This record gives sequence, C-alpha cells and structure tokens, in this order.
Amino acid sequence: MALLELRDVTKSFGGLTAVKNLTFEVPKGAIISLIGPNGAGKSTVFNLITGIYESSSGSIAFDGRPINGLKPNAVAAAGIARTFQTIRLFAFMTVLENVMVGHHARMRSLPWANALHVSSERREERLTAESARACLEFAGVASYADEWARNLPYGMQRRLEIARALASNPTLLLLDEPAAGTNPIEKRALMDLVRAVRDRGVTVLLIEHDMKLVMGISDYVHVLDYGEEIARGKPEEVRHDPRVIEAYLGKGA
Amino acid sequence: MLNRRNAALPFGLARYTLGQILTGGAIFLGVILLPLVDHNSSHISAVADAGYILLLALGLNVVVGYTGLLVLGYAAFFAAGAYSYALLASPQFNIHTSFWPMLVVSALIAAFFGVLLGAPTLRLRGDYLAIVTLGFGQIVPDVLLNLDKYTGGPNGISAIDQPVLFGYHFAFNPTPYYYVYLVVIALSLIVLSNLRHSRLGRAWMAVREDELAAAHMGINTTTTKLLAFSFSAAFAGLAGCIYAAKLALVIPNSFEFQLSVLILLAVVLGGLGNLAGVLLGGAIIALLNFFVLPQASNLAHAAGDKLHIAALQSVDLTNYRFLIFGIILVAVMLFRPEGLLPSATVRAELHEAVEKEGVAV
Repeated sequence: MALLELRDVTKSFGGLTAVKNLTFEVPKGAIISLIGPNGAGKSTVFNLITGIYESSSGSIAFDGRPINGLKPNAVAAAGIARTFQTIRLFAFMTVLENVMVGHHARMRSLPWANALHVSSERREERLTAESARACLEFAGVASYADEWARNLPYGMQRRLEIARALASNPTLLLLDEPAAGTNPIEKRALMDLVRAVRDRGVTVLLIEHDMKLVMGISDYVHVLDYGEEIARGKPEEVRHDPRVIEAYLGKGA
Repeated sequence: MLNRRNAALPFGLARYTLGQILTGGAIFLGVILLPLVDHNSSHISAVADAGYILLLALGLNVVVGYTGLLVLGYAAFFAAGAYSYALLASPQFNIHTSFWPMLVVSALIAAFFGVLLGAPTLRLRGDYLAIVTLGFGQIVPDVLLNLDKYTGGPNGISAIDQPVLFGYHFAFNPTPYYYVYLVVIALSLIVLSNLRHSRLGRAWMAVREDELAAAHMGINTTTTKLLAFSFSAAFAGLAGCIYAAKLALVIPNSFEFQLSVLILLAVVLGGLGNLAGVLLGGAIIALLNFFVLPQASNLAHAAGDKLHIAALQSVDLTNYRFLIFGIILVAVMLFRPEGLLPSATVRAELHEAVEKEGVAV
C-alpha cells in the first residue's frame, strides 16, 4: 500500500485553479519527485498535504488514514515533516534548539513538568538533546550546534532544515527545493544527504527545479504544469517526453 | 573559570556560568540582609513594593519577550489577582480566606483571565494585538469602577485581611511582605528559567520566530500561545495578591494603562527576553518610582526653602514621573534599543534592523 495517496485533489483560489485533479501515490521507501516550471503548483501540493491549505475537492490519505483538513501540527504529529522553499529556520535560536523544536511532537512533558523541571522532564530533555545532536551529526552541521541558526552559511542552513525535519522521526519527508540557491558542490552533497535520508527508511517526496539533479536521484517523477499532471514515469522516460520539454522550454524547442 | 558551566549543579543552575551564579548569589544575599541593616521602614516598604514591579516585569516578559506577543493591557491581570484576594479575604462579602492558599488561587484566576484575553486574539500579531490588549486593559478598570455593588466602585475595597503566618500578624509592617516578595520572586525565577530551557519555552520562541514553521514542527500554536498568556498572567495574579494584602486596599485607579506602560518600560529598558535584564529594568523603574522621585522632591523642597524659590518649595516630582520615564524610554531607544542587559537574540535582531535601514549608530 502506498504511504501517501492523493486522489483527484483540486485546489482553487477564487477563479484560479492551482492544482487540478491531481492523483498520485508515494510508495514506501522511495524518492518521488515533483517537477514542473515555476507556478506549476508544486508548492501548493505540499501546502495541501501539510495542512496549510485545505483541498477544494479530492482526498489525501497518509498511511491509510485521511488527512484532509488536519492542522499542520496534527499532520506533523502523524509523521510528515517538511522543509520550505525559502528557508524558515528559527533564526534567533541556536542550531541545537532548532532541532530540539523539531522533536516537539515526540516529546511528552507537560507544561507543569517543564516549569518544575521534574526528573522525568530532565530525562526527556537529556535524551532529546542527545537525539538532536545525532540529527545534527547526520546532516553534517554538528559543529555549529551552539551557533544561532542565522549565522550559518546558506548551504548549512539548508542542511539544518533537513536535520530539524528529521528530528520529528517522520515516515515521510517533504523537501521543497532543498538545493535551491546552493552551488554545484553543495548541491551534490545535499543530494547525497537526501539519499542517506531515504536509506534510513524515510520516504522522500521532493520538489526540485534542477532536472539533472532530479533525474539522478528519483525513483519516479511526476511533472506538473498549470496545476495539472502532464507526465509521469521513470526519470529517463520523463526526460524525453515531448510534453515535458514543451512545458519547460516552450513550443518548438 | 568564571565562564564555566558545571553540569552537576542542581536547580537548573547548570545552565549558568560560575560568574553568573556568583553575581546572582551576591545580589540575593544582599537583598536578604537588607532589612537587617536598614531599619527605616519606609525604605523597606519602598523596596518591598519594587517586588510587584519585578514580578509583573518577569511575567510580562513571558508573552512579550519569549513569545513575541506585544501585550499592552497587562495591568488587567494584576487587577484580577488583587481583586480576587480583595473579594475573597475582606469584609466586602464577609469571606475571609487565608492569604496563603489565595496566593495560588489569585494566580489561577489571573491565568484564567489570561486565557480569556488570549483566546479571541490568537490570530492577531504586532500592532493589532497591541491595540486589542490595550482595549482589554482599559475595560478592566472601567468594569471595576462600575460594578460598584461588588467592587466598591471608585472607593475600592478596603480593610482587606492581612496575612498571618504561624500566629504572626503581618499587619502594616513592610518587612514580612518584603520577604514574601523575595521568596515568590526567587521561586518565579527558577520556574521561568526552567520554562525558558524546556519544551514549552522552545515552543514559545519558535512561535515568536516563525509561527508557520513552528506549526510544522508539530507545535500546536493555539495552546502554546494560550499557555504563554496564562503563565504570564499568573505572575501578575501572584503580584496582585501580595499587593492587595500589603496595602489592605484596592482601587480601580491603581490598575490603569499607566501601570501597563510602566511594566513594559521596565522590560524594554532592562532587556527583552533576558531574566537578569528584566530584573534590572524592573529594579531601576521601581527605584525611580518609589524612591528617587519622592526623595528628589524632598531635596527640591529643601533647596526651595533655602533659596526662597516658591516653585521648588512645592514641586512634586512624582507628578512628572511619566515625563521622566518617557525621556528615559526615548533615550534607551536612541542609544541602546536592546536594553541594558539584553538577551543576545534581541541585540542582534535590533542591530541587524538598524544596519539594514542604513541608520548610522
């Protein structure tokens, strides 16, 4: 059974249909990519899945349960983590604190236990800090643990976003252009990180502009244009699809 | 050596460096010993009154400093605590609850009012939130003024019961109140420091930094903000209860907008988001308010008598306190916008803003 299942999902904003009758599945353990030109509706799909928007029609199911209409925090708690197209770190918190916030949904301590710093809470804090350091280690940003997030170089901020998302121990990770704005070397390293994430058993749904990058990493690709799926298939199939070439480069290219 | 942290220390002290602990300990010791050295009860009374300013500043810092929600009607929660005690421990309804459980009850009632204000304002931020909370701050004293059947209207509630501890009557002796404030503030600091470094504290800061991203980390921003409002209000409730008992009188006038501004000034002056800064700001404001201005008036009168200047003989500088506080606030904003002892966060944030706008500092 697919981990994530979108069926006939449509989202309109007034007269504009941002996503139209979109149906696709994300099988467990795969890296699935969503590509398409700017404004194709890729980020809207992410926002529909994570509960920022509610779909106008259609259904979204995660792990067999419908998640339509859930609030973002409930979606996160269900096991879907995400990163953002423009970096949205907690700029004035330390790198370690950022990742500890990522643990929020896994932690159990209640406000009164936080206030009184009782022994069970102390234990949880210690374990969380350890686990957060492990996430930082995995993403390769451990050396920055006590820096503010905002002081990190751009590429490292991208990695920190992934570390923070992984902190919730998700089953599905949505990456919205994780390599945007990075140089080719950082890009390659980021893609290695995405593979390593998948190898940890986390399913990945990826939005990416860079065709070369997508082709190298994806198990399956869905191409969107104007909110509609225009092609799907293995990377090499999609690459030569005339509709895809047209969408990216225009007619007659 | 002084910059080291020691993980083995209890009570959350492991979060602080040795230098910080020693400084804090020295100040704390000095404050404990003060009434033994200074026998002037008007001094002790003034310093005790600083207690409620400090408590209010610490509480306000939870919403404004940690969670980033600008609340301008904070005095309303102080009123909730004070009137809770006044109504439940006075001849008003002939109910006489003991002071000690009322400390907790007042805090809980104020926290309830915190949720009451928080719930309808959850979607608001910045200026809009400030305006709504300002309105709330105006409504509460008005209600107290006009519900005169219960609250005594403009005359307030008087002859409020004063605490008794193991047969010792506090009455109007300021020293025991001084120590009550001291213990409550010390415990509050422990609680606030715990919260700052906990799941909830991080959630507050995450909401401050980026509410949407916080929600995607599984943080329920609604409950997180309501918890900030209720924790914040609870400290005001505590302060209100002790305040009402010490003065044995509450009147609506004491809970007006000026007090909210005074407390906000203390938080901003000292350093938003940093407990030591907030304490310092509160102490400076309280010192000016209860001590320097009245004393300076006396000095001015003496000088006026000597020099035969009529204007100086009758001047009451306490009437000018908001002029003076206003000047201080303008000066702080111009020369040190991050406050005297800021959290490193706020300092960077403000200086970054200044650099971006290209304003010469």
